[in-house]
This record gives sequence, C-alpha cells and structure tokens, in this order.
Amino acid sequence: MSISPMTHDPSTEPAPEPGTSAAHAASLNSAEVREKMLEIYPDKTKKKRAKQLLVNDPSAPAQIAANTRTIPGIITQRGCTYAGCRGVVIGPMHDVLHITHGPIGCSFYSWQTRRNLARPKPGQTNYLQYSMTTDMMEDEIIFGGDKKLAAAIREAYAIFKPKAIAVYATCPVGLIGDDIHTVCRLAKQELGINIFGFSCEGYKGVSQSAGHHIANNGVFKHMVGLDDTPDDAEFRINMLGEYNIGGDAWEIDTLLRKCGIHITATLSGDISYEQVTRCHTVDLNIVQCHRSINYMADMMETKFGIPWFKVNFIGANSTIKSLRKIAQFFDSKKLTDRVEEVIAEEMAVLRPVMEDVKSRCKGKTAALFVGGSRAHHYQDLFRDIGMSVIAAGYEFAHRDDYEGRAVLPTIKVDADSRNIEEIEVEADPKRYRPRKSEEQNAALAAGGFSYKDYEGMMREMRKETLVIDDISHHEIEKLIEIYKPDIIGSGIKEKFIIEKLGVPCKQLHSYDYSGPYAAFVGAANFYNEVDRMVNTKVWKLVSSPWRKDSSVPAKPVYAPRSRNSTEEGQKNWKRTGG
Amino acid sequence: MRKVAIYGKGGIGKSTTTQNTVAGLVEMGKKVMVVGCDPKADSTRLLLGGLAQRSVLDTLREEGEDVELSDIRSAGFCNSLCVESGGPEPGVGCAGRGIITSINMLEQLGAYDDAEGLDYVFYDVLGDVVCGGFAMPIREGKAEEIYIVCSGEMMAMYAANNISKGILKFAQNGVVRLGGLICNSRKVDNEREMIEKFAEKLGTQMIHFVPRHNDVQRAEINRKTVIEWNKECEQADEYRALARAIAGNTKFVIPKPLTIQELEDLLMAYGLMN
Repeated sequence: MSISPMTHDPSTEPAPEPGTSAAHAASLNSAEVREKMLEIYPDKTKKKRAKQLLVNDPSAPAQIAANTRTIPGIITQRGCTYAGCRGVVIGPMHDVLHITHGPIGCSFYSWQTRRNLARPKPGQTNYLQYSMTTDMMEDEIIFGGDKKLAAAIREAYAIFKPKAIAVYATCPVGLIGDDIHTVCRLAKQELGINIFGFSCEGYKGVSQSAGHHIANNGVFKHMVGLDDTPDDAEFRINMLGEYNIGGDAWEIDTLLRKCGIHITATLSGDISYEQVTRCHTVDLNIVQCHRSINYMADMMETKFGIPWFKVNFIGANSTIKSLRKIAQFFDSKKLTDRVEEVIAEEMAVLRPVMEDVKSRCKGKTAALFVGGSRAHHYQDLFRDIGMSVIAAGYEFAHRDDYEGRAVLPTIKVDADSRNIEEIEVEADPKRYRPRKSEEQNAALAAGGFSYKDYEGMMREMRKETLVIDDISHHEIEKLIEIYKPDIIGSGIKEKFIIEKLGVPCKQLHSYDYSGPYAAFVGAANFYNEVDRMVNTKVWKLVSSPWRKDSSVPAKPVYAPRSRNSTEEGQKNWKRTGG
Repeated sequence: MRKVAIYGKGGIGKSTTTQNTVAGLVEMGKKVMVVGCDPKADSTRLLLGGLAQRSVLDTLREEGEDVELSDIRSAGFCNSLCVESGGPEPGVGCAGRGIITSINMLEQLGAYDDAEGLDYVFYDVLGDVVCGGFAMPIREGKAEEIYIVCSGEMMAMYAANNISKGILKFAQNGVVRLGGLICNSRKVDNEREMIEKFAEKLGTQMIHFVPRHNDVQRAEINRKTVIEWNKECEQADEYRALARAIAGNTKFVIPKPLTIQELEDLLMAYGLMN
C-alpha cells in the first residue's frame, strides 16, 4: 500500500537507545512481554484479550479486536454511551441548553469535567457552566418522567430563553420507556425554538463510542443545514472532531486564520448553535478525531457534497503536513505561499524549544492509552522531541482507527453495533454541490492527494511495539513492571495507579490543568510539560512504605483517645501523620 | 400470619377468586389483609363495595413522605383490610417498580406487624411474572405460599406453567412454595381431570375446582362478593370450600415446570379424549 503524504513512516524512526529506560525490557522481546501480560488470565479471557493485544507490524497490521464488549473484571478505562453523547460531542455547544433526563448523578458527574472551554462572542450566551437535570426520583420512575421533562423544558425556557434545547436520556429513562422524542417535538411546537432529544442511555453500546454515533445522527438531523447563509471568506472549512480541550481549538483557529483559512464551525469546541446550523456552507471538512465524528463527515459529504480528509494538529510535523494538505486542496498559489510563510515563522520560534527539550528527552519512552484518536495523535508530539512510544491503544476505537479505513468493508457488524441507528442520507436535491470537478480531483490524485484517508495508528507505529485495545488494569501494571516507561498518557481512572507505581501520568482527556497542546504554540507547551514530567527526580525520591515492609499496618490519620480530648487527638494526629 | 400470593393469566379471574375466597375466610372469623398489586387498582372492589380505595402510590405522590397507614388501608366486608398498590397509566413509567415501592412502604408503616393480628395477607398480582417488580411478592419471603388460578384453556395453563418457573427460581433460594392450582372453570372438555393431571405433573394439587356460575357475575354487578350478595347460594359454598381448603392446606412444594412438549401432550390427551 502506498503511503500518503499525511502518513509518518515508522521505519525511519530510531529504536530506543541502549542504556535508556526502554532497555529494561531488553531481556524480553515484545512477543514475550505480550505472553507475560496474558499468562495470568483464565482461558476464555486470555482468548479474547489475545485478539486485543498485538505485536505491531506497520507494513501489514494484523486484525485487532476492537469495539467489542469489555470483559467484566478487567477494570476498563471506558465510559458509557451517555458520556459519549452528552459529554463529548454535543456538550461543548455553548448556547444550546443541555438537559439530562434522569436521576441526579449522571448530570452532576458530567458537569464541566472535560475542560471543553468556550469564549462566546459579544451577544452570545454561554450555558456551559450550568448543569441541568430533571432530577428523576422514584415517583417518576414509577409513573413515568415525561411530564417532569416537559415541565423542566418549559421552566428552562422561561428562565434562559435559549435558541435550542437538547435532552439526553439516561439508563432508567430507557428502561421505563419515557417517550422523550414526543415530549421534545411537542415542546418545540409550543415554545417555537429547536428542541430535540437523544436516546443515549448509558447501557446502549460497548463504550462511549456508541454515544458519539448517536450524537452525530442527532446533530445532523436536527441542526445541520437549518441556515444557508455562508460566511464571507474565500477558504471556508469546518474542523470536525476537535473539542477545544484546554483551548486546542483556539490555537488551531488562530493558526488557520493566520494562513487565511476561515473556520465556520468546530464540531464541537467553542461553538454556537448558529454556527452548527450553517456548517454545511463550507467547501471542506477536515477531521481531527476520526473515531468520534467520521459519521458526520460522511453524512455531510453525501447530503451536501462537502469532501473531507483526515488531519492532525497535534505535533509540529503533523501540523505542517495538515496545513500543506489544506493548501493543496484549495489549489491556490496565494494560500500555498502564505501557508509556507506561516510554517517558516512558527517553526523559527518552535524549533529552538523543540531542540532544547529534545536534548533532555531523547531516547525516553512513552505509552499511550487514551481515546479513539489521541493515542495515535500524541505519538507525533513525542516523536518531535526524540521520544519513542513503546505501546499504545485506544479506549473505545474501532478497527479502522487501528488498521486504517481500508478494512471498513470487512468490519463485522455485531448485535451491539446494530443497536445504534444508521441514518439513511441522500443528496440534497437543491443544496448538493460537488466542491471539485472530476478533472480537479484527478489532478489532485495525481499529486498524491487522497480524501477520506485515515490509515490508522498501527501503520505509524514502530515494528515490535505493542498495540493494546481497551487495556486492563493488570496489563498496565505489567507494562510498567517490564518497560518502566518514562511517561504514560491516559485518563483520570488510571492516573493515580500509574503514579503510585512511580511513573508520571499525563491526562490526555482533560490535559490535567494545562494546555493547549495543538498546533505550534500548543506543541511548545507539550514539549515543556513532558520535559518537566520526565526529567523531574520526584518519582525516584518517593518510595512506597510497602516497599520497605510488606506488612505495613494501617495508621489512622486521626484517632482521638476520647471524645472530649481534642488536644490529645491533635497530638495523636501529629504523631501518626508525621 | 400466612402470606399468600395469587397469580394467573390476565383475565382468568384472580381478583374475583381472591376476594370471594377472602370473604370465605373473614366469614370464618379470620383477619385478612388484601394487597392489590395491579396498576388498575381494582383488586378490592368487591370487598369495599366499589373503587373507593386511594392507592399507596397515589397517596405517596400526593402526600409526600407524610403517609399514615389509615390513608392507604380501608376496612371492607367483615373487617377485611384492603390496600391497593396502584401504579402508572398504561404505557408510561414502571408498574413493577411501583409494586416494590408500595410493598416496602406497607412494611415501613407496620402493616404486617404482629400488633395488627393478621391471620392472612393476600397479594393479588397482575398477570404473568413479567419482570422483577411483579416477582416482588414472591421474593424476599413476602409471600410464602402461591396459588395459581387457571382453567383448562391452553393459554391459561401455559401461563400457569410459566409462573411455576418463576416460583421455582425463587423457591430454590427462599421460602416461597406452590400451594396449589385453583381451577376457575371455563367449561372446557375434561377440565377437572386435565387440571388435576397438570397439578400432579407440577408436583402440586388442584386445591379446588370452582364451577362456572352466573351468580359470580351478578354479585360483581352489585359490587359484592358472592358470600355477601347471597350467602345462601351454591356458589357461595364453593368459595367457602376453597377458603377451607386453603386454611387446611399443608402441601407446599417446589414446582416442577413442564416442558412445552409435555404441556402440549397433556392438552392432546385430555382435549381429544371424547
């Protein structure tokens, strides 16, 4: 298979140098490490995990089992369908009022946890700080919650007067069968604003991935295409699958604007309702997170004729390739020249940072277990500073994200996937308009250009690295024990167990408390952050008490001898606490 | 206190049979509470002389936490105690969850306390054991003896067999047992013999054969149990006999549900005998 200009060739990448941490595992090859990870499992589990845990061969990626049910007890990283729909894809729309229909927990724990920032323009509203819920109680479970939902919509409208309200179903709503779509339809008639619901009950899919799909369908059906007013700009595009974590979307927006490229809508990061309704007026969709939003890209192409390709603005080299590809698509000398100027300017600033950090990070190793795209994208950033990724895997991706879109026709549609609606989309009789002529596309193809071109993570990873889907807690522990990587990128659920094992962990869902990491400015942030994390001595200075004595007794932090003796308690606290 | 639940196919006559039997028991001087576990809340109509009862769930919804036993329990024929669980309108919510909530509420309010001096509590449960909620009365030892109302019609027997599967599941880990089949006759050929055989195969007994009689319908129109409406009539004696049989019953078993093939063979054998 030919390597498109977007793809990194892993054979050019040096293996970790001897004497560095990756050499810990020198006595074992990756196949043996894999065996070590699997050996503890009972037969049935081993059989299933073996299909999800592979030794990589970039020239011919093996078939991986992905998007299949998690084995109970492995302590998965995954989230639920509701989280994927409300939390990821639609949550960042800042002037859509989001109402979670269900008991309080789902709503509370999806409240502003993802750091998808918004900076509304003057006159726009921002509801992201709010958490709205119907707070279903036993009464609504028994008698149905639809009346309470209708009342909640009316109340929210009376207070906020939003342009649109989105309603999300949680598990119990699906169990008792509340008809949220009828409630939304009637409320829409009554209140005269756009109101729509999502049947994204948490149990619906094997992971949050199902929720992304449901969200894509709903946004496409209820929002995209409502307003045909295009932006007044020469090069109009949408950025799909960018969620503005820590301000990533702002960085990309700034960079593209500098080049003269205009973003109409970023789905979904710092985006208003009105932008979503007009996003079908652009000439190109670029896709950052393939897993969460490829559905939208495909549907918009079918209905409106907007082509799409995959980009990556994480990492300097990936950003450069992405910018050049956009310029190549628009085929304008003015744009191409400007893009090269911007790249030169940005790299002049970034290169010294990159080289400086590289001098301290070169040869160090990382492992990435996150998302449906991030485990792939962040490899480029580590590569920029001479670090190598020894193992990577996704939490909720599908086979195409590992092996590339070429395998799409061979992906088995199982009962779990069939449970998620596939909407039939046709070309819009009036608004469908191919953005390029056949001749133009032929010329682009001759220049090595391709559309819909995701080749997956495995082709860009070195030979003999490990690819692990839906990694288990045990496998993470084993991986640390054998490889002792210098840093692991993952999420909040694993963060503290990784750090307890003496390895710094960078959260790549929320970026802990920093960011942005996208584009050139973001890359510099990330290099510095990684430099700080992998070169600090703190991890070598801490030693767990159980390493000295395996029978460490529990020491209560505060153990007053008697109820009235506060002073005694204080002393006690000092003694045990010290 | 004996804790009894009545199950059976929808429309088979569970509520009618339960109330008429309870009338027989209260006439004998027993203290009985009937808990209707049907969202329609019509399980105590004959004992109360009309649909006069406010359901537990409606009361809970309207009064909030401040509910008294007297708000949800009324005295009916011969001081029988009547409670309706209630539930959502058709097509919304979760009636099963409603039953769980309302039985828990009754327990918390002390409806089953020794001080109440109950001899019997009867649960009249809607239809089949369709979900966890409708199984509520037979789990956690709330009901200890089950009677299934059936007839010689195939679907009624099919439902009875299915309910037996539910009882089996809970009996293996708990105290619930099958007390017998009550045949509420539909005048099917060889009905008595067939149900006796069916009961035998299930490992239980046909505790009583209630013949079909229009007096039941006449009493219902008058919102009364047969015993209250006309205590001299033949049908009143049938219910008295059923009440005595239940009072004297000592045969409580873990049922052995039939396979579909066995059930169909039984129907063939008896249905085509003539």
